[in-house]
Amino acid sequence: MSFAAHLINGISLGSVYALIALGYTMVYGIAKMLNFAHGDVIMIGGYVVFVTVSGMGMNPLASIIISMAVCTILGVTIERVAYRPLRGASPLAVLITAIGVSYLLQNIALLVFGSDTKAFTNVVTLPNLELFDGQLVIKSVTIVTVIVNIIIMVGLTLFVRKTKIGRAMTAVSEDQGAAQLMGINVNGTIAVTFAIGSSLAAIAGVLLCSAYPALTPYTGSMPGIKAFVAAVFGGIGSIPGAFIGGILLGVIENLSKAYISSQLSDAIVFSILIIVLLVKPTGLLGRKIQEKV
Amino acid sequence: MALLEVKNLGISFGGLRAVNEFNISVEKGQLYGLIGPNGAGKTTVFNLLTGVYQPDEGAILLDGVNLTGKKTIEICKAGVARTFQNIRLFGDMPVLDNVKVGLHNHYPYSTLEGILRLPRYHKVEKEMNEKAMELLKVFGLEDYADYQAENLPYGQQRKLEIARAMATDPKLLLLDEPAAGMNPNETKELMDTIRFVRDHFDMTILLIEHDMKLVSGICERLTVLNFGEVLAQGDTQDVLNNPEVITAYLGS
Repeated sequence: MSFAAHLINGISLGSVYALIALGYTMVYGIAKMLNFAHGDVIMIGGYVVFVTVSGMGMNPLASIIISMAVCTILGVTIERVAYRPLRGASPLAVLITAIGVSYLLQNIALLVFGSDTKAFTNVVTLPNLELFDGQLVIKSVTIVTVIVNIIIMVGLTLFVRKTKIGRAMTAVSEDQGAAQLMGINVNGTIAVTFAIGSSLAAIAGVLLCSAYPALTPYTGSMPGIKAFVAAVFGGIGSIPGAFIGGILLGVIENLSKAYISSQLSDAIVFSILIIVLLVKPTGLLGRKIQEKV
Repeated sequence: MALLEVKNLGISFGGLRAVNEFNISVEKGQLYGLIGPNGAGKTTVFNLLTGVYQPDEGAILLDGVNLTGKKTIEICKAGVARTFQNIRLFGDMPVLDNVKVGLHNHYPYSTLEGILRLPRYHKVEKEMNEKAMELLKVFGLEDYADYQAENLPYGQQRKLEIARAMATDPKLLLLDEPAAGMNPNETKELMDTIRFVRDHFDMTILLIEHDMKLVSGICERLTVLNFGEVLAQGDTQDVLNNPEVITAYLGS
């Protein structure tokens, strides 16, 4: 029974990673850049909910919507101010800028909210699911996170495949020049990508903080990096890959905590990244990279 | 007045004068060829006409509208569409979706309507599907609609690129070496396709080509570029018999 409990805890953690990884993978898939600030947008999303719910006593659902709006504006602003001027610059310059934005957000949060840990109120108030006379408890936030994940995954896939803007995104990801010559506004399309990615970050932030209710300016940092590992693991750019990668990573992390060593669990997680990059550089569901000859 | 009027177009890359005092005048409905040795600046002219490069001097007029200095998207909206020397389809997308990308600006609905799948989303997507299928039928590609574009045979990919360009509803179609890499049979089929596009859509076509059989077979007028300058201009047969042109191609 304890194995099942560890497994469920792993899925719980993994589903949060998956949700963050979806944002990573979406931006990478379209704009071909790693938005390392994604984890910190999640942290900001968490603070918005904390302030509006715990501080102002707002209805959790309304506060999530406000948080999504704030994160969307934040994401689009970051793209406009920090990344768009670097369109066409080397990927390394963009990557370093993204890391800079990440530290900027952390330090703004530090300045505004202070470094002390805030106790986040779980916004998922549904009862937990108890199986086998209470021997196995599945937290309601876990169930909600998995369901939200699946909804977002299906929604994103439908959006990208079946709508005009989604097709424009795919076109931009494949060939920006050709897309432009078809009359597609490349900058606008990438801005929409950031808007969607960042609004997902808000949802991820709320669910992350509900599952692990300690909020600091660095809350988004580690889950962000692990979600990045998850996205690479599943095949960066692939929407189902992000989900599978996230869940697997969460399960591996929790099982290694339980059965190997809790100190080594992070080392194991990052070793997986190295092994995946060595054995299958494109990840589990990643697309093959074609060389034009 | 001519549909496309280009006056004294010029661009330099560093010290290299890639195109110099380029003039061309293409009448509506004409099939016009732009030829010249490798490196003469033909694709550069296309890149200038589509706003990929901005000219250092000169003017581009389409149907009396000044396109000089306009951005690629604006030029596309003004009615210039093109294909590429090396095929640049959206290879991972279905054939039908490639054409629908070309229809992008003609069937509007907002991002929010797309996310929430409001009634207008369904209506517009349905119209787009019908229009795209119609175009595929015109090019005989309807059986391939669900194929991934990169899995199409080479000749069909060329056709799809033309279909995608036509989806933007252009006034002027630019074809960059459409016959590149084709065998004689495919080239012959392509010539029929190009003629058909001109007649069926009443289209004005400016094409770059090295295949002299194609050029002499379908082009009504020619401009020859050499080292970025116009070497000769006029009716196809006159130009092809011009001794200077023969020298430029074959050496003296």
